[in-house]
Amino acid sequence: MATPVNSKFLVGIFDDDDVVLKAVREVRESGVRIHEVYTPFPIHGLDVALGHPRSRLGIAAFMFGLTGCITALLLMSYTEKFDWPMVVGGKDSFSFPIYIPITFELTVLFTALGMVATFIISNNMGPTVKPLMFDLRTTDNKFAMAIDLEKNSLQETAIESILKQSGAAEVNVKQF
Amino acid sequence: MHITSAVRTPLVSGGKTYADVTEDVCRQVEGKPTREWTIAFTISALVLVYGSACVFYTWWEGLGVWGLNKTVGWAWDITNFVWWVGIGHAGTLISAILLLFRQKWRTSVNRAAEAMTIFAVVCAAMFIFMHMGRPWMAYWALPLPNTFGSLWVNFKSPLVWDVFAISTYFTVSLVFWYMGLVPDLATIRDRARSKVSRYIYGALSLGWNGSAKTWARYEYMSLILAGISTPLVLSVHTIVSMDFATSVIPGWHTTIFPPYFVAGAIFSGFAMVQNLMLIIRVVFKLEDYITTEHIESMNKIITLTGSIVGVAYITEFFIAWYSGSEFESYAFINRASGPYWWAYWAMMTCNVISPQLFWSKTIRTSVVWTFVLSVVVNIGMWFERFVIIVTSLHRDYLPSSWAMFHPTLFDISDYIFSFGLFFTLFLLFAKFLPVVNMAEVKAIIKSSSEKLPQSVSGVAKGERVTNPTFNKNVD
Repeated sequence: MATPVNSKFLVGIFDDDDVVLKAVREVRESGVRIHEVYTPFPIHGLDVALGHPRSRLGIAAFMFGLTGCITALLLMSYTEKFDWPMVVGGKDSFSFPIYIPITFELTVLFTALGMVATFIISNNMGPTVKPLMFDLRTTDNKFAMAIDLEKNSLQETAIESILKQSGAAEVNVKQF
Repeated sequence: MHITSAVRTPLVSGGKTYADVTEDVCRQVEGKPTREWTIAFTISALVLVYGSACVFYTWWEGLGVWGLNKTVGWAWDITNFVWWVGIGHAGTLISAILLLFRQKWRTSVNRAAEAMTIFAVVCAAMFIFMHMGRPWMAYWALPLPNTFGSLWVNFKSPLVWDVFAISTYFTVSLVFWYMGLVPDLATIRDRARSKVSRYIYGALSLGWNGSAKTWARYEYMSLILAGISTPLVLSVHTIVSMDFATSVIPGWHTTIFPPYFVAGAIFSGFAMVQNLMLIIRVVFKLEDYITTEHIESMNKIITLTGSIVGVAYITEFFIAWYSGSEFESYAFINRASGPYWWAYWAMMTCNVISPQLFWSKTIRTSVVWTFVLSVVVNIGMWFERFVIIVTSLHRDYLPSSWAMFHPTLFDISDYIFSFGLFFTLFLLFAKFLPVVNMAEVKAIIKSSSEKLPQSVSGVAKGERVTNPTFNKNVD
């Protein structure tokens, strides 16, 4: 999410997850563009209601896993077959079945680390990142719907009444 | 309509709201350490200091300070290693396997159980480094080119598989646990009053903002992490069991080992989770989150896995006779009636008989019984590993090398060290990080207690959450 600078936001605060989910649909139907919704816990179907595209994290995870798998196989076959062939336990220096455990472990390791790194980078997260908090209570018990006024043609008061109608407990103005 | 509803009690009792969850869990993170915590931490830290001195002495003098001899070359070190790794498995089972099975009760206990996993694996790893004798050579276990002075590692050895399995398991568990902590750390960050804690929790929460897009990705990531952790946890104890099963020692050379070890690992791990949870819920006043139903569910898993372990013991014995191999039969008869009969029967009593008591509802919902039996199970599981390792080794093919193993002060102290390490780490976790996953509990708090058909406005919050006549089966 790109950091909006000098933008004026209208922030609707909701008390309930079901209300906010319904409100998202209503607000979008009335032609208002929602910047983003902030919640203390995941709400199923909220990303769909907001029209966010499906995450491609799974593809990234698969690619990392494949990298781990190939790395392990190349490492073991190179060292055992070409670099320093050795017969252990009467088995051929290249014995594929015996490579399965380590191949599996490295696949899992690469998948996990790669996917988590992708997650952190794609969300613009990091230890020094100062998050853009529309309301500090959204990590506790409130749900905030942020609407960028500059990206909406409707008047501020009109949007405010739409938010109120769809169940917002309060509507605040936030400037970044 | 809500016919089945009255049968099931809500997962979170006491009519908690979202704000209550935050308040109840953050209380101990934000407040001053309690007296109980300070006393427990002081004891653990002292045990750790004593244990560290003994471990240092073990490394300084060499493994001769242990009671090992040329017949029994593995004893308490590997017993403790397998025991700790096994304990770790319950955390991953709760966080990954139960997530895939959509068991909502796991949300209250998964955080602490995963922390237990990580610390248990740390303890297990300490025994790996200890039994090396020269831990500064530990890098020899890594695949490094021959120019480092040794050959490439032997990729055909289960001990090398272990290096990969344990380190992958540790890393993935740590990442899984930490990513689960991030939203909760953000909650603490946003509540923090002092500048220092805002800075520390701010850095740890990685700038989490809880946007819908982040949550969607987060859920997706958790699902994939659970999906890969599930086969991972099974692979770890499978590989640990192969350290034994791929050898040709009677009593070790058994194809039943992988499933038998995995079941045993989950069995002992859940017993340890029970012990920790029963203390945490009282000390941190979290009885509404870790309810009798949680304790009962975990006891059911203990009974199931305990029974699997029991069947495995009997199968092993039967196959020893059925194989017709006299060495194999002897190994098993010697276990039950040889000089280590007491260890074998301690194992049988603790692991096969004691979990069967949980068939009684009174026992499996009793806090005292659960605590006592969980300790008994962990004693039994320690003996299981001792029986497998020491009694299989102490009688060689050559009767002139038959020997007994006598633990020395350093065998015992190095084991005590691991308790000091485990509890010191766990108490630090319990004080400075949220022991219950707030975000996940908030997500189930409504659906677990009820599901209203018209789920929107007009209904007061307290009413909706507390009403016990509605139930989670509806969804």
